[in-house]
Amino acid sequence: MQYTLLFVESAADFAQRENPEQAPAYWGAWSAYVDAVAKSGIVVAGAGLQPPSTATTVRVRDGQRQVHDGPYAESKEMLSGFFVIEVANLDVALEWAARAPSASYASVEVRPVLPPMAA
Amino acid sequence: MNESLSVIESAARESYAQLLSFVAARAGDDVAGAEDALGEAFLAALRQWPGNGVPAQPEAWLLATARRRLVDAQRRGQVRHAAVNDLTHAFAAAQAVVDAGQDFPDERLGLLFVCAHPAIDPAARTPLMLQTVLGVEAARIASAFLTSPASMSQRLVRAKAKIRAAGIPFAVPPREDWPERVAFVLDAIYAAYTTGWDEALADAPGAGGLATEALWLAQVLVHLLPDEPEALGLLALLLHCQARRPARIDAARRYVPLTEQDTALWDRALVTQAEAALGQAARHGVPGRFQLEAAIQSVHAQRAHTGETNWEAIALLYEALVRHTPALGAQIGRTVALARARGADVGLAALDALPAAALQNHQPYWAARAALLAELHRTNEARTAYTLALGLSEDRAQREFLNQRMVELKE
Repeated sequence: MQYTLLFVESAADFAQRENPEQAPAYWGAWSAYVDAVAKSGIVVAGAGLQPPSTATTVRVRDGQRQVHDGPYAESKEMLSGFFVIEVANLDVALEWAARAPSASYASVEVRPVLPPMAA
Repeated sequence: MNESLSVIESAARESYAQLLSFVAARAGDDVAGAEDALGEAFLAALRQWPGNGVPAQPEAWLLATARRRLVDAQRRGQVRHAAVNDLTHAFAAAQAVVDAGQDFPDERLGLLFVCAHPAIDPAARTPLMLQTVLGVEAARIASAFLTSPASMSQRLVRAKAKIRAAGIPFAVPPREDWPERVAFVLDAIYAAYTTGWDEALADAPGAGGLATEALWLAQVLVHLLPDEPEALGLLALLLHCQARRPARIDAARRYVPLTEQDTALWDRALVTQAEAALGQAARHGVPGRFQLEAAIQSVHAQRAHTGETNWEAIALLYEALVRHTPALGAQIGRTVALARARGADVGLAALDALPAAALQNHQPYWAARAALLAELHRTNEARTAYTLALGLSEDRAQREFLNQRMVELKE
């Protein structure tokens, strides 16, 4: 089955990326994790994301395009990256989610992927 | 229900649960689909077996009936196309087992672990277990859990949809995950028992109680996990509680606290079974929450022989229990035992040391506090505590009991 691992982080977690003292540990942990996931051969897709301050949100209402600066909703934890993985079942997906660095300081949401749309 | 009827019903439930576990695991985790496909065969068994006797191969009988019904339903277009393929495939696998003349594999443990998976809504775990592993009707589960049948079936439907969509595996987790995962199964069974237990005091005696079913689940679990001491501990605890049921309510349907129960009314056979289970658990040398709770009940059970209760031993066991699980119930049990062993003032001091904020709405705390204050002749404070305990009680017989104690307070 395919699952998406959604990694979320707080503003303070994102800030570590730019902090010279914290950045090496932050990136070190993530790159080790990404390596391990890649080597296991379960990756279908995945990406890390720039911080929420770089987001632009689009809505179309009454035919009018509304574009605004910032994420779709303000919340304490924001999406920082994701993987789509192919594994046997939820327990295996949860194991991979638990290994993500953000599982220890923020959280990881695991969601089954929809089966392909019928043609 | 007479004995032979209940034996036949147990056989039907057991075969149904075994077949359901086998089929659901092989039909794409589709518990709801497997239930739909097997449900009528199960009801047919409950109708026909009492008259015709339990078939030599109960699973084969259920399977044949379910396969006929699936073909009919398919002809009438009553089943989703995708579900038919999965179910047909799973039924064929089950038939192959029957045709090979092998014993039908008991995969109920996998189903128990699915029902109590941490990814399932905690409020759905016990109902799901009762419905799938014991075939208890949703309406009865709803009445035992004091919810409407509609919202209970919604909860169950959601849980089953999640099992299928999220791909929760029908598997016994690896041994190193047992401490965490088995605990969820034990908790769900214990919740089923306590839900049924309170029903014993309800206005309609016997209506919807699930205690017998929970006890049976605990027995199934011990049978499937013979090396898990906590499963034995849970069984011992439930057997001790069950043994005391006849003594728990007097002729006037008033609540009788454990220490005032007539030990002649305790069911000796059940007490003996409880002691055997606890002894077997103790041989593993790995104590746990349920074994400690069972050991406390075992000390209480000694009163039937010695005429007195060893409160020092109980206080010690509670001490160990609190270290295992800091639950408020255990903390309060400990203070009550201390009070009995060393005096009400010692007990009250221990109660005072508990975190007050968490206890504000905790009924057993106020009931324990009231009793100790009354013993120390601090009448006004006792009355205030009894009033709070009464206000927080959910149980009619218990309210009457507390009210009686409050009336008896000396000025």
